[in-house]
Amino acid sequence: MTELSVSVSNANGPVPQVALPEAAPKVTARGLNFYYGEHHALKNINLTLGTHRVTAFIGPSGCGKSTLLRIFNRMYDLYPGQKATGQLMLDQTNILDPKLDLNLLRARVGMVFQKPTPFPMTIYENIAFGIRLYEKISKSEMDGRVEKALRGGALWNEVKDKLNASGLSLSGGQQQRLCIARTVAVRPEVILFDEPCSALDPISTAKIEELIQELAEDYTIAIVTHNMQQAARVSDKTAFMYLGELIEFDDTNKIFTSPGDRRTQDYITGRFG
Amino acid sequence: MAVERDVMDAAGPYDRAKALSAFKLGDVTFYWITRACAISVLLILGGIIISLIIGAWPAIREYGAGFLWTQRWAPSADPPVLGALGPVYGTLVTSFIAMMIAIPIGLGIAIFLTEICPIWLRRPIGLAIELLAGIPSIIYGMWGFFVLGPFLADSFQPFMIKVFDGVPVLGTIFAGPPSYLSLFNASLILAIMVLPFITAISVDVFKTVPPVLKEAAYGVGCTTWEVVRNVVIPYTRVGVIGGIMLALGRALGETMAVTFIIGNSFKIQSSIFAPGTTISAAIASEFAESDGLHQSGLILLGLLLFILTFFVLAAARLMLMRLEKKAGN
Amino acid sequence: MNPIYVSRRRKNIIIKFLCLGAAAFGVTWLALILFTLFYNGLAGLNLAVFTQDTPPPGSTDGGLRNAIIGSIMMTVIGVGIGAPLGLFAGTYLAEYGKHDRLTSVIRFINDILLSAPSIIIGLFIYGAIVVPMGGFSAFAGCLALAVIVIPVVVRTTEDMLGLVPNPLREAASALGLPRSLVIRRIAYRAARAGLITGVLLATARVAGETAPLLFTALSNQFFSLDLTRTMANLPVTINNFVQSPYVYWKQLAWSGALLITLTVLALNIGARILGAERTSK
Repeated sequence: MTELSVSVSNANGPVPQVALPEAAPKVTARGLNFYYGEHHALKNINLTLGTHRVTAFIGPSGCGKSTLLRIFNRMYDLYPGQKATGQLMLDQTNILDPKLDLNLLRARVGMVFQKPTPFPMTIYENIAFGIRLYEKISKSEMDGRVEKALRGGALWNEVKDKLNASGLSLSGGQQQRLCIARTVAVRPEVILFDEPCSALDPISTAKIEELIQELAEDYTIAIVTHNMQQAARVSDKTAFMYLGELIEFDDTNKIFTSPGDRRTQDYITGRFG
Repeated sequence: MAVERDVMDAAGPYDRAKALSAFKLGDVTFYWITRACAISVLLILGGIIISLIIGAWPAIREYGAGFLWTQRWAPSADPPVLGALGPVYGTLVTSFIAMMIAIPIGLGIAIFLTEICPIWLRRPIGLAIELLAGIPSIIYGMWGFFVLGPFLADSFQPFMIKVFDGVPVLGTIFAGPPSYLSLFNASLILAIMVLPFITAISVDVFKTVPPVLKEAAYGVGCTTWEVVRNVVIPYTRVGVIGGIMLALGRALGETMAVTFIIGNSFKIQSSIFAPGTTISAAIASEFAESDGLHQSGLILLGLLLFILTFFVLAAARLMLMRLEKKAGN
Repeated sequence: MNPIYVSRRRKNIIIKFLCLGAAAFGVTWLALILFTLFYNGLAGLNLAVFTQDTPPPGSTDGGLRNAIIGSIMMTVIGVGIGAPLGLFAGTYLAEYGKHDRLTSVIRFINDILLSAPSIIIGLFIYGAIVVPMGGFSAFAGCLALAVIVIPVVVRTTEDMLGLVPNPLREAASALGLPRSLVIRRIAYRAARAGLITGVLLATARVAGETAPLLFTALSNQFFSLDLTRTMANLPVTINNFVQSPYVYWKQLAWSGALLITLTVLALNIGARILGAERTSK
């Protein structure tokens, strides 16, 4: 196997100032609304996630950014009394179609959560489990896939000698990378990150941030974060949300250097939030 | 950091759809199996009620409401004369006495365990009490029959009879002669049996008091008793009562702890040292050899017991649910 | 010292002593029961108890072999029927029907069944199984035990699945797992120790049940493995022997009682150790 090391700019380094060319749209929202029972949680959201781009969602607590993320894979369907209206397309698929097979959708749109959620099984099984759902492959093929996924999660070197240890025995940062590897293993097209670093220490955070930029080569990525530096570091585009509305959506450079809206500016300069 | 890069050969959505459709049937089947099992819980309750009513029907038709206030129980008379007053009286009296003994002691132990006992002793004593709550009731019954009954008849009962001799009312309640088999002996066994039960529930309920509340009370200089009296008990009152009702439901329906030691006499006597019977004891000792109207009468007794315990237990659960809601907020 | 404080303190000390007294009182009775049980039970415990069948009246040898085996069989079958049913029902309550009205009704009814008098269960099975089948049978006894097992397992299953954190389910769903697999592969696995604890507790609960067997399985003086006929079992045998006039029978009753108690205690302790493992993780 060829080790193709790709050097990445320092995660804390300056954001490249070159504007990226417009990417082909992967996920498109038009007039998207969301309700928790009577509560109108998201109001008329219009945006596009570009293919192989990282899009960050920022805004104060309760602004609806996590809610928006959970519409992309219909996670809200697990709970009663929540509904979305409007249009939300993943390529040619209507995500909000009530007849849509949710399991199929979720296999295409993976998700990584705020707290690491390793399954109560071995490291190997954590990865193999998701693969086995959709594919019948031989043991040696599976070994290859598991290794590939763990490398994809930048975890292989740390766990290759203890693949049969429980997933719960890893540190918090390792658990989170295991969850990323698990998500990658089922070969999704889009990966959603819901505050993936908020439970982690700074070193683990840096590793995950670096990993996210790596992953953008192959996947379309959406990340919700409370940490504005993080958004600035990892994303190509940034959406600022406030009180259920999408206030501003633009290139990350633009948002953080010359925001177009007063509220965005107040938020990123820490005047409220 | 080195990251393995390779272009993922995108798995076509078609393959996945095929793999997933294989799960579909299992998914739906599993849902309906669990749902059917959940509904079967309701069916069990319905089955109990229906089968009791069907079994009791001949006796209901024969005796009507008079069953409730007839004291005579003569299954071998022709036609049999059956009345529930004796067993109903015995059930209520034994449960009442048992609760009078078990409530203060059970709560006392619970307070001891949660507020007074040194920490290192809490776990062993708490564990012992929980384990004892699990011991089968027939063990208590045996012990009552072989050990407690003779002891009470030889020492405690003669003493009480002598002390209250000639005192109005109490003199008739504690009247002789002493007996191995009596309502009082059965009550005491019941009390010992529900004791760990009351303690275990009360300890659980006391633990729902937020520590901040207690600390606040200690903070203004309250003594342990004042904290219990003014914070713990008011906060948990509903739950404690619920726990007591649950124990009462146990006591009302308890069979094996009582059957050996109560004497199986359907006659109501004023003295609690006289033999008596309870609904469950009557069923346990007569059912296997009964038939016809006699059997139906016993099932009718069972129906009465079920109705009685149903309401007590329902009230208990409602109270415990109220406490749970409070603790959840 | 402040006189009000002195009286408050005195009251506090008195109450503390009363509570201590209550604890001593309760523990004494319970210790006495266990002491008598071990004292009398151990005296008669020998190999014959396990190798010989229950004796005929007046005989001074014999054991409890048929009753022990009958009890094990009926308990295992009863739990075998009741536990899966309770497990699935509890799964529905915790996973599918969490926000249903039906669920709160079932939960309430289940809690009532949990403490319903066991003799009523016996009457129910008598009317529903024994009468239509035309006679007492071990199978009826198994069903009676199963009816007692179900509510216990429903309750613990629902509680234990309730402790499985929701993000774990979401993470599994996010991989594209169908709901039933999320439950079976992830939630069950995460709650495994708790689920086994529930089954052990239910087994402990029925291992010593007597009342519902009195008129379902009845008893049998002889060795039998036939589920369609009466079968010997420890609790009913103890019940019969306690009230008999024969000293040897009473002795056997004590030994049987000790066996039951030890089994129940072992099951309870096993359940607790498992439960503790779960919470320490």
